[in-house]
Formats: sequence, structure tokens, C-alpha cells
Amino acid sequence: MSRRLEALLWSSAIIAALIASFVYLGMDLLGLFRGDSPEQMLSYAQSFFPPETSPDWLSKIARGALETLAISAIGTLLAALAGAALSLFAAGRLGRIAKSLSRLLLNALRSVPELVWAALMVLAAGLGPFAGTLAIALHTAGVLGRLFAEALENTPTAPAQALRDAGAGPVAAFCYGTLPNVMPQWVAYSLYRWENNIRMAAVLGFVGAGGLGQMLYVTLSLFQQPRAMTVILAMIIMVLLVDALSAWLRARLG
Amino acid sequence: MLLASPAAASRDPAALPRLFITVLAVAVLWPGLVITEFAPATLVDPRNLDVFSRFLAGFWPPETSPEFLALLGKATLETLAMATAGLALALLLAIPLSLLASRALSVSALLTGRPSRWASAARYPVRLLLILLRSIPEIVWALLFVRAVGLGPTAGVLAIAITYSGMLGKVYAEIYESVDQRPARALMQAGSSRLAAFFYGVLPAAAQELMSYTIYRWECAVRASVIMGFVGAGGLGQMIDLSIRMFAGGEVVSILLTFLVLVLLADQLSTLLRRRLA
Repeated sequence: MSRRLEALLWSSAIIAALIASFVYLGMDLLGLFRGDSPEQMLSYAQSFFPPETSPDWLSKIARGALETLAISAIGTLLAALAGAALSLFAAGRLGRIAKSLSRLLLNALRSVPELVWAALMVLAAGLGPFAGTLAIALHTAGVLGRLFAEALENTPTAPAQALRDAGAGPVAAFCYGTLPNVMPQWVAYSLYRWENNIRMAAVLGFVGAGGLGQMLYVTLSLFQQPRAMTVILAMIIMVLLVDALSAWLRARLG
Repeated sequence: MLLASPAAASRDPAALPRLFITVLAVAVLWPGLVITEFAPATLVDPRNLDVFSRFLAGFWPPETSPEFLALLGKATLETLAMATAGLALALLLAIPLSLLASRALSVSALLTGRPSRWASAARYPVRLLLILLRSIPEIVWALLFVRAVGLGPTAGVLAIAITYSGMLGKVYAEIYESVDQRPARALMQAGSSRLAAFFYGVLPAAAQELMSYTIYRWECAVRASVIMGFVGAGGLGQMIDLSIRMFAGGEVVSILLTFLVLVLLADQLSTLLRRRLA
């Protein structure tokens, strides 16, 4: 009985929150279907068609897509390097203080979204793809650092200990005793994040950080809807291709 | 030391392949560095450094004037309301689409165990629509809606509604298919309508998982609506965008801290709700 009452209570709380949200926003949803606004929206939607397909524009799109790919790839690589370095501290291999400090840093890096990092990096490095690369690298370093540290903590210590007992130095013991164990996991995490980052890199350009996103933002601001449509199509194709490729790879390798 | 002597180095049998892979990786990545205009030197360029260090210097102390905090509170509520309203609208679209796309309520599958080819072909357009809805990132929809319906949270709500209806519809359809199919089949074989078979055969078994996934998505929607404002769709994102443009470091820190607390609270609430309701 009490469990049922509790469920009822939570459900009514959720419904109250829903109503409060709509009231607070004061959204005039029905207004979207009144007067001439449906026609205006329809004519705006129609202005996107047909998408521009001049060879000149298509080659620019290809260049933008390549830029997006490069931003995500280099960003993820930098993040993997930084994450690997930080994970050594975060896994507690270099002392307690270093451990809690690096965990704090990783949390901070991770909890600021990529888009906010991008807006900040545009200030630090100027407009362009380099800012996007840094933004991706900073956020992803936080994510990968934590995952890498967890992998390090869970890996067996016996191989490295055996090397140490046989007289190897700490660095050699790590490189030949620990690294081979965690490497497959580290690579898998990095590839998975790269997949996410391709999608993210496509929209980072909204704050001026290069790639397809910047092209979309600029064309929409200049009211060149047919060109914007081509960019959107390119984004969709890229996302679908990455999805299909990763599903295929997972089926093959997993 | 890693390698005690040149003689020890030659004993690593994997050294040559590793060197080869490294050289190959650098050769492949080099164009990437060129395309991304990779130049760490720009970070320490005196002009950029001056601007950014002045910005960073403003970070402390965080802005805590009452007017600003009132504004911040309003934006936080707006962000939460955007996520909640967007998800509610997404449900309106996702539930019918998931019923259409799911194979769980197939009548033609009653006889052979598999839906007939025609029925699968009829479901295909719905699945395609779901893919299309979710393959455009929500912030792109927000950018488009800001131009169609004007600045403000309405654009953000519509953007969340569209993207999340695609995600929810797909996963709901899969959840219907993952539960025990026998109750629904028995009902349909006994002559009940598909909707009745869904309500009495599928929903009781799937309700927990549906609830839990929906709450998880609400949490994602909160994160998404925070950044929605960067394209002008209201909430915390719009505030942070403005503050960055005005080089108001203290405000940026206050907003970021609020954002952290909000995400943390949404996470806690989502865990609590899932435990209580699921």
C-alpha cells in the first residue's frame, strides 16, 4: 500500500513539474499553428530546397568535412596523450596528493561541455579549427583520463612486480609489465570517444571553431538556405557513415 | 632507466615494428595537423595571451551580486523547464512512432513467427523517419528553429522534442521487442486488438525499463539544454555566451559553477526517481 502511495506521489510530482515547465516558459505552442505563422515556417522550410550542388560549393563542403574529421582525430589523439599522463597520477601511482589533485583536474576538464571549452578557446587561440581541436582535447582528456585510470587500477600487478623483482627499473617495468595489459582497453576507449567527437566537432563551429558547423552558421546568417541544406546533408551523411562503420567494426572485432 | 645500454635496446624484439607503426601514424596524422592549423605558438602569442590572461584574471572572485544571482536563478529554471517540456513533447511523438516501428505487435508474425515481408516494408519508412529525426544534432535544430520561431526557449524546446523523439522512439520500439512476446501474442490470437495487446501484454513487462530510459534521457536533455543557448535558445547557455563575449570572467565562473550543480542535481534526481519508480 505504502509503495503504491509513494509511486502515486512521485507521479503527481512529475506531472506537476511538467505543467510548471510549460507555464514557466509561457510557450505559445498553439500560436505556432495560428494566423500566418504556419505559412511563414513552411516558406522558410521551402527556401532550403533544392540544396545547392555546384561543384565549387561541394568542394568547399568536402574541405569542411575533412576539417571536421581532422579536428576530431587530432583532438582525440591529444586527449589520449594527456589522459594517459594524468591517469598515472589519478591511479595513485605517484602519491596520494597527486592522486586527489589530478582527479579534481580530470573532473573539472570533463564537466565543462565541449561547446563552452570551444567558446573559451576561441578567445585563447583565435577563430578557426585549432580552437575546436583544443576544445575537444580538453574535454576528452577529462573523460579518457578517468577511464584510463580505472583500467590501470584494474590491471594485474604481477607482471610489473616480477620485472621489478628481476631488477628492472620502474619505467621499464611499467612499459613492459603494465602497458601491454592496459593498451587494448586504452585504444578501445579512445576509438569510442573519437566516434563521439566526430559528431561534436561538426557542431563546435557554431562558436567559431571551424569545420562544418562554422559553414552552417555562416550560411544561415547570410540567408543562404540552399547552401546550408547541403551542409546539413553532409553532416547527416557523415554521422550515418560513422555509425555504420563503427557498427561494422564492432561486429568484426567484438 | 628504460634502456640500460645500446645492447639492451637491441634485445627488444618488438622495437622495429613499433618504430614502423609510429612513423606510419605520424605520416598519416601530419595532414591532420596542417588542416587543423595546429600551432600551439598562437596560445602564447602576446596579443592572444594578453586578452586571455586579462579574462582569466577576472575569474576570481565569482560574481555574486543579487541582481546577477536573480538572473542566474531565472536562467537555471528556464533550462530545467526547457528540458522537461522538450522531453514531454518528444514523448507525444515518440510513443505513436515506436508503436508503428516495433515488430512486437505484428499480426503477420503470429502464424510464422516472423513478420511478413510487406509488413516489414511498411515499418521501414517509420524507422527511417526515426533515424532522420535523431541523426541531426539537437543544437542544429535549435539553430534552425531560432531563425524560424525567433530567439528564446521555444526554439530549444522544439529542438529537444525533435531529436529526442527519434532517440526515444527507436529505443522504445526495441524495448517492446525485448520483453516476453508470449502474452501479447496470446491476446492477439484470442482476438484482442493490437492496442489492447500492447496495454495488457507488453506494457506491464516493459514499463520499468521504459521509465528508467525516459528518466535517463531527461538527464541528457538537461545537459543538452544548457548548451542550447549558444545559438540563442535561452537558458544558461545564452548567459554564458554573453558573459564570454563581454569578457566578464567572474560571471563565467558563477554560471559554470551553477551548471555543475545543476548537472549533479539532475544526476541525483534521476538516480532517485529510477530507484523509486522502476
